Amino acid sequence: MADVKNFLYVNRRTPYGTIYALESLEVVLIGAAFEQDVSLAFLDDGVFQLAKGQETKDIGMKNFSPTYKALGDYDVNKIYVEKESLEARGLTVDDLLPLTYEDADDDYAEKNSIKVVTAAELAKLMDQADVVLSF
Amino acid sequence: MTMLHTVNKSPLDRNALESAITHATKGSAVLMIEDGIYGAMKGTVKSAMVSNAMKDVSFYVMGPDLKARGIDASRVIDGVKIVDYSGFVDLVAEHANTQSWL
Repeated sequence: MADVKNFLYVNRRTPYGTIYALESLEVVLIGAAFEQDVSLAFLDDGVFQLAKGQETKDIGMKNFSPTYKALGDYDVNKIYVEKESLEARGLTVDDLLPLTYEDADDDYAEKNSIKVVTAAELAKLMDQADVVLSF
Repeated sequence: MTMLHTVNKSPLDRNALESAITHATKGSAVLMIEDGIYGAMKGTVKSAMVSNAMKDVSFYVMGPDLKARGIDASRVIDGVKIVDYSGFVDLVAEHANTQSWL
């Protein structure tokens, strides 16, 4: 396709304190229908969006974290998590939801969508993006 | 009587918890709610701030807010007490006044 652009969604907020996390996820899913090249970045408190084991029944809010697992089915499989942000919060990739996709070019093998990158690497990805959407 | 300070912002994003601790007098209490619960986590760059203040101030954290955010009780700093909604009410009743650090 001639007009495919590289979209980067930047997520920096906690999952439930503001509406940003949920809005970002909704925009990503809507955007996925337009067959663009989509990447997601999670940094600062945004890494908490991907924390596994979220159970929101007792606070009366919708737990939207299972929806992140559907991203792979929408060909959204470049999910970058900043190393420095994880470390500042005492987290490792094992504390995050296991996000995977099936690689159509490799006999539909299940592969990890999450890639932990340094702030410097993430800065480059931001520079290279055609469109940056911040949440 | 003493003050109950409530904090509902992440200490990794805002300075509400730091300010609450700075202004909490000896014998008062700090309750971390909503996004404030991230302040109760072990192993973060802000954990020491809470541990160091514990000799003068009692710390509490809302269990339902921890659970919603996927933060297991085992990740909570030792000495921070986990409370539920009725525990929140008890804390309000036990203290002379409440101050919210928004």
